[in-house]
This record gives sequence, C-alpha cells and structure tokens, in this order.
Amino acid sequence: MLAESKGIRLEHISKIYQDPKTGKDFRAVDDANIVIKPGSFVTLLGPSGCGKTTTLRMIAGFESPDEGEIFLGDKAINELTPNKRDTAMVFQSYALFPHYNVFDNVAYGLKLRKLSKEEIHEKVMEILDLVELTGMESRMTNQLSGGQQQRVALARALVVEPSVLLFDEPLSNLDAKLRVSMRTEIRNIQQRVGITAVYVTHDQSEAMALSDQIIIMHKGVVAQVGTPQEIYYHPVNEFVADFIGEANFLKGKLVSKKDNNENDGIMDINGCMVEVTEIRTRKVGDMGTLVLRPESATLAEEGQLKCRVIVSCFMGAYQNYHVMVGDTLVKITDFNPKHKKIYQVNETAYVNFAPCDVHVL
Amino acid sequence: MARSKSAALDRKKLLGDPVMMGMIIVLLIFLVLFIVYPLFVLLIDSIYNEGGFTLHVFSKVLSMQRFRTAFSNTIVLGLITGVLSTIIGLLFAYVDVYVKMRIKAVGKLFNIVSLLPVVSPPFVLSLSTIMLFGRSGIITRSLLHIYDSDVYGLKGIVVVQTLTFFPVCYLMLKGLLKNIDPSLEEAARDIGASRWRVFTTVTLPLLLPGLGNAFLVTFIESVADFANPMLIGGNYDTLATTIYLQVTGSYDSTGAAAMSVILLSMTLILFFIQKYYLERKTAATLTGKASRARMLIEDKSVTVPLTLFCSLVALFVIIMYVMIPFGALFKLWGRDYSLSMKWFDYLFKYSGFKAFKDSFLLSIIAAPITALLSMIISYLVVKKKFKSKAFIEFVSMLAMAVPGTVLGIGYIRGYANGIFHSGILSGLYGTGLILIIVFIIRSLPVGTRSGISALRQIDKSIEESAYDLGAGSGKVFMTITLPLIKDSFFSGLVTSFVRSITAISAIILLVTPQFLLITCQINEFAEKGYYGVACAYATILIMIVYASVLLMNLFIRFFGTSKKIKGEN
Repeated sequence: MLAESKGIRLEHISKIYQDPKTGKDFRAVDDANIVIKPGSFVTLLGPSGCGKTTTLRMIAGFESPDEGEIFLGDKAINELTPNKRDTAMVFQSYALFPHYNVFDNVAYGLKLRKLSKEEIHEKVMEILDLVELTGMESRMTNQLSGGQQQRVALARALVVEPSVLLFDEPLSNLDAKLRVSMRTEIRNIQQRVGITAVYVTHDQSEAMALSDQIIIMHKGVVAQVGTPQEIYYHPVNEFVADFIGEANFLKGKLVSKKDNNENDGIMDINGCMVEVTEIRTRKVGDMGTLVLRPESATLAEEGQLKCRVIVSCFMGAYQNYHVMVGDTLVKITDFNPKHKKIYQVNETAYVNFAPCDVHVL
Repeated sequence: MARSKSAALDRKKLLGDPVMMGMIIVLLIFLVLFIVYPLFVLLIDSIYNEGGFTLHVFSKVLSMQRFRTAFSNTIVLGLITGVLSTIIGLLFAYVDVYVKMRIKAVGKLFNIVSLLPVVSPPFVLSLSTIMLFGRSGIITRSLLHIYDSDVYGLKGIVVVQTLTFFPVCYLMLKGLLKNIDPSLEEAARDIGASRWRVFTTVTLPLLLPGLGNAFLVTFIESVADFANPMLIGGNYDTLATTIYLQVTGSYDSTGAAAMSVILLSMTLILFFIQKYYLERKTAATLTGKASRARMLIEDKSVTVPLTLFCSLVALFVIIMYVMIPFGALFKLWGRDYSLSMKWFDYLFKYSGFKAFKDSFLLSIIAAPITALLSMIISYLVVKKKFKSKAFIEFVSMLAMAVPGTVLGIGYIRGYANGIFHSGILSGLYGTGLILIIVFIIRSLPVGTRSGISALRQIDKSIEESAYDLGAGSGKVFMTITLPLIKDSFFSGLVTSFVRSITAISAIILLVTPQFLLITCQINEFAEKGYYGVACAYATILIMIVYASVLLMNLFIRFFGTSKKIKGEN
C-alpha cells in the first residue's frame, strides 16, 4: 500500500487567542513559515505552550488560523472542515471509539467512504497485519494494552490512506520502554508506507529518533528548522542549544582571526585564549557565546580554560563535574573515567575541547 | 481585529456543515418561539396598553388586595419551606455521610427517599396528607377523634412541600459533604475542638454557600409550585394559584400577565443568584475529592437521635405514598374501611380510559423529542463553538426558572390569537401539539443538564478523530456521541416521559375539553372531594411512572453503553 503523500506549506500562519483574564490578545503561533516535503517525517518540538499542538490542530482543521494560509499539496485548505481535509490524526489519548471493537474502529473511516464490505474487510485486515494486531479484530478497545491501543489508533488513521499523517504526542501515555519500541515502529511503518508525517512532541530524544526534519518552536515562533544533526551541532540561539541536549554557555570576545583563514580565530574567555571555528560572519572585537556540550569537554592538568572543581561525582559511564570558569558554571561529563585522573572538589584544573566541537553564537 | 479572520473561517466552516447549521437554526427558532416569545409577550402585555406604554396594569394589580396577600403568602411559604427542607436535607446528608449506620434497612430507607422526587407525581403528598390529617383523616378522625381538623392552608402546604422538596436538598448536600476533606475536620479535632465545635466552625462554614444554594433551589420550587397550594392551600392563595384563578375565574388575563411578570422576575433573580453566584462559590470552597475515607461517627449520643429522626421522617414519607392505593381501595375514606374496587370501576366507567390514553399518548410523543433535543443542545453547548451558543445555553437553562403557571399564561397570551395577534400559528392554540410543546419545554432543562454532564465525560478527541476521519457533524453525533451517551439519553427519555405525564401547572391552563389528562382529572376530583377516584387515578399513575423507571434500569443494565464497554472484560 502506498498512499499518495503530499507536502504541507504554512505561509505566515498566526493564531491569536484572547487571554480570558486580562482580555489581551496572545499570539499562540506567530508568523510561522514551514515547508514540509512529501514523504518526510517532520517533528514539531518545543516545551509546553510553545504553539506546536496549535500548529498541528490548524493543519488538521480543528483550529482556524488568524493570519496566513495553509496548503496541502498545492491546494489552500484554510476553509475546509477537518472531515474534508485529507489528513488523519493520531491523538495523545488514542481517542479510540470505546463502543466499537478493534475491527470497527479501524473500519470507521472506510465505512464513511462507502466502500463495499469485502473491500473494507480486506483493507482492515491488511492494515492490522501491518501494525501486528492480526487476531485482535473482535477485542473491545479497553481489553488492549496501551501499546496495542496506540497501534489501533495508528491503523485507523493509516487505513483511510490520507496524504498526511498527524501525530499529537501519541506516545506520552506509554511507559518509557514501550515508548522507545513504539517510536521505532512508527518510524518503520512511516518509511514503509512512504507517507508524510507531522509529529508533535516535547521529548527531544523522540524527535531525534524519528525525524528527517525537526522544527523547534519557542513562544509561538519557529526557532529553527533542520535535521537532528544540524540542530544539535549548529543551534541558532541559546534556547535551541539548551533545549536540545545540554549546553554550557561561555561569553567571550573575538580577539583575532587567522591570517589566511576567515573561518578560524581566537576568543578571549575569562582571560584564556581559546581556538574557535565557524566565525566567518564575525569581526574581530565582536562579543560571542561559546556553546560547549558537556560530553565534548574533559578535564586535564593543562589546557584551554582554567577552572575550579565544585562538584565531582562518579556516575559509572562517566565522571560528572561541575566547574567554575570565572563566574560561569560549566558542566562536564567525562566518559570512560576508569583510567583517568579524577579531580576532587576545590582542585584546580583545565577544561579541554577540540575547536571543531564548539559552536559560537 | 486580528482575531476576526479565524472567526470568519470558523463561520465558513460552520456554513460548510449544513447539518450543524440546520440544527442550530431549528433550535434557535424553537427556543425563541416557545420560551423567549411567550415570556416577552407577558412583559409587553403588562406595560403596553391601547397604543402606549404605561404602568397602569401594574399599579392596578399592585393595589389589588388579593395580589398583595398572595405575594406575601408566597414569600412566607417559600421561606418556611426553604428553611425546613434545607435543614431536614442537611440532617439526612449528614447522617448519610458522617454517621455509621448499624441497621441496613436505614440505608434502604434513605435510598427510597432520595429516589422519590424523581418518580412522584406532584400532588400525591397533598392527597395523602388530607387523607391522614383532614376532616375524615385516618389519624385525626379515626385515631384521635378530632372531627373538625383543618389541614388546609399554610401549615398543610408547608408540610407537603417540605416533604416533597427535602430529598432534593439531601442529594445536593450529600454531594458537597462527600467533597469535604476529612483531614480538615480531623485537624480541628486534633487541636482539641469538640465534635459540635468542629461542625459549627469547620463543616458548616465550608457548606454555607451550598446550604444557600439548596435553600434557593427549594424556594424557587416552592414559589413555582402550583399543584400543592391548589389542593391543600384552602384560602391560602399563592401567586401561582392566584394567577390561575385570575384567568379561569376573573377572565382577567392582562392582570394575570402582570402578576406573572412579577412572579417570573422573582424566580429569575433568585435563579441567577443561585446559578451564577452561589454555585460558583460552592465550587470554589469545596474543590476536588476527599483525600481518603472518613472515620464515621460511632458515638451513640450522636448517632441514635439523628438516625432515629431521619428514619421517622423517611418512614412517614413512605407511609404517605402507601396511603394512595389504600385511598383508592377503601369504600369510603374516614367512614367505611372495607376494600372494594368501586373507585376503579367508577374511574373506568367515566372517561378514565380516555384520560390515560391522552396523557400517555401526548407524553410518549413528547419524551423522545425532548430527549433528542436536550442531547443536541448539550452536544452543541459542550462540543461546539459558534456565536449563538451562549444564547442557546442561557435560554434552555432559563426554562428551569420559569414557573409552569407563568409559561401557561404566556402561551395563552402569545398564541390564542396567533403570534402578536397576527393570526400566524393561531391554529396551534388548543391543540394537542401545544400541549406536547409545553411538555418538551418543561422537561428540556433537566435533560440538558444531565446531557451536559454526560458529555463532559467524553474525551473531546474521540469525536475529533471521527471528524478527522471524514465524518460530518451529523454523522459524528449519530455514530459516536449518541451511542456513548446512550444511558443518559435513555434516562432523559424516561425522565421527560415521567415529567410530562405528571405535569400540571402549565398544562391546566392550556388543556381544552377535547383532551383529558390524568393530572387534571386528579386535581378535579380532589377539588370536589372525591378522594377515592383521585387516589385511583394517582395509584395507576404511580404504577405507570414506577414501571417506566424499572424499564429504564433494565434497559440500561442490558443494553447500556457501560455494559458493552465494561461488561466484556
């Protein structure tokens, strides 16, 4: 089965709510421009209240945008009701019909499309096979485990062969282990069917594991769009850097550039000269923030940044340090500590990292 | 404004959904025609006279001694009934929630008492009070040999209304008491407060808005009550009965309109205080659930008197119901207590069959329409966004505060000569259809309320997912929503049937000789003093009502949604 998948385009989409207490307008989504390619898996990621679910619900048609236009393929769909849009959604609470059994739940959309009984049966069985629920057709939904219910919800959305599949935090009700296996399964099925998928989550590892593209949203604004690698290695601002993974921020000044290379240079951080890279757009004398991931740094007797250890804690896989570089707290996860020197609280040490592992904001 | 675009889009989506649109329009027309318009006509009637606006009618009515007496009577009655019902209701609720009951039968008694207001025709208690304490009452005449006992008047109405309305207070307060966190009271006890002190300083203050709420609900019911003051009021006229007599006796329907406006304003004001102030306050002080089970009171000096009192009241109420069939079976109440079927024979010889047929038929037509309408209203109110939603919700709740008599006068003034005396829809007046409409309007608020609470329990995304999969609003409602609230729908069906077949206040003003209704027959025979026939009618009516409730429980047990969802585990 291969659905004809379509792309989605959001052009200058805004959604404005009125704060019930103050009566002031509040922009839940603010001028979002998003392009989703056909067949790709895109995640809307952000903390709660960032506008990701509102964006998804506008694509589904449950909410109407106040500004802008949404396109499905080449067609503007602003005025279409959800039942006329070629999208299918998988809900956080699964939203299975409790008065129907598994078969009837999955068949619901097909019956609306006036397919013959034989066709419905064939399609339902085929999709149940895809989500590995063969043999469960006559179960009532409350006799299923959480994971199975989620599969029914997925099957019910897939079986109508929509152009786009929408997921609203579908795994957040499952336990941690099941969440990991289900997300692999969702990704596999999406790849097999080749359908466009838009997935809302606040869980960064879920977003990493699933997506071709991640769209980070913050306070209603699209903060960054990119592949998981782009977002992790080249965050555009402190919010993104901090939201995806953990990050240390070190403020400093660009003191010189290499003679023959506009892209590399030296930054002065708390009196220490540190080699940096990717600074083509900056001038000597500019202030900048160095983004240092905890796992990119180690401690040694000598090196780039002088520091004082304030927390030192053995975690098995790594030694967890909190150190002070001047007034700035820096967290370091030093992996494989078995044969390394372990620094104790109040000892002085040096933070070390490769210039290519840091990113300047 | 910026937000107007989404509003415009929402509107367009609504227009693109003809079923929804049609439903809303039909509802609006129905509510305006049969609730807003008749009340509006009353207002116009009482201030618009011979081409100009005047307060002439009001000043005339206000100077009428009969009106003044009725007005103060109504207030006095409402106050006494309200206070008594709230106190007895509170005692029942307290015993139920706080006191350890040793005897199982007491719990059963409480259950029966809490069910009675649902299944009881309005004047049953009046009838049995007269038969117990009246001139030929079994207690007054046969036991105490008092031959000139007078139960009529204020005391009679107060007894009957209190016994009728306290179960409502009991149920309301029971819900609230259950929500009081026991640790609050235990904390007070722990610091050294006596049980009485805990009750007066912790429990009672927490409950205060709820008590006010219960009082106002009873007050409104008491003031709007028509049947009981009619039967047992004697010379004690209330506004409801005075309005009725003003139309049927003095043929002064303008005066009646003005009185109706006054009665209506009174109930409306109280209703708004209750709905928008006290209910919110109650919700604010008593939030959430109790953290754990309460330690029940076992101290005999508390439990024995309380339990005894409540059991006696409950027993008394039950005896009053038992009186009814006996009233129909005894040859001549007060004199000849030998069993006979003569009242039933009399009933069926004289148009009894027709009364049952008419009442039954009209109610059975009204019930499904009411149930469906109230489900649709609650669906729209809970699940949809549209402009007139607030209006629909408001008007359907408003119907709860309108006394039946007022509605009846409104229909007379509004439809006897067609809408605004134009002759349009004048064919409606005097037909069975207008009776059916009154039945529907009178039961609509109850059904809507239960529908709303049932719908609030359904996760919004269940319907959204059906909508998303391609079902239009009508389809979603029929295939998803309705099956999920089937239990509530069915109980709404039965409740509205029961309410219709036992209705009297608005109906008695509108019924024409071509229809005989059971309730009007009971009223008529009781007025004439033929208690045997009245009891025979009431007995059969109670049986019909009880049978419908049994049927409802059976249906829900065997075909209900919850059975299907839970049962197959």
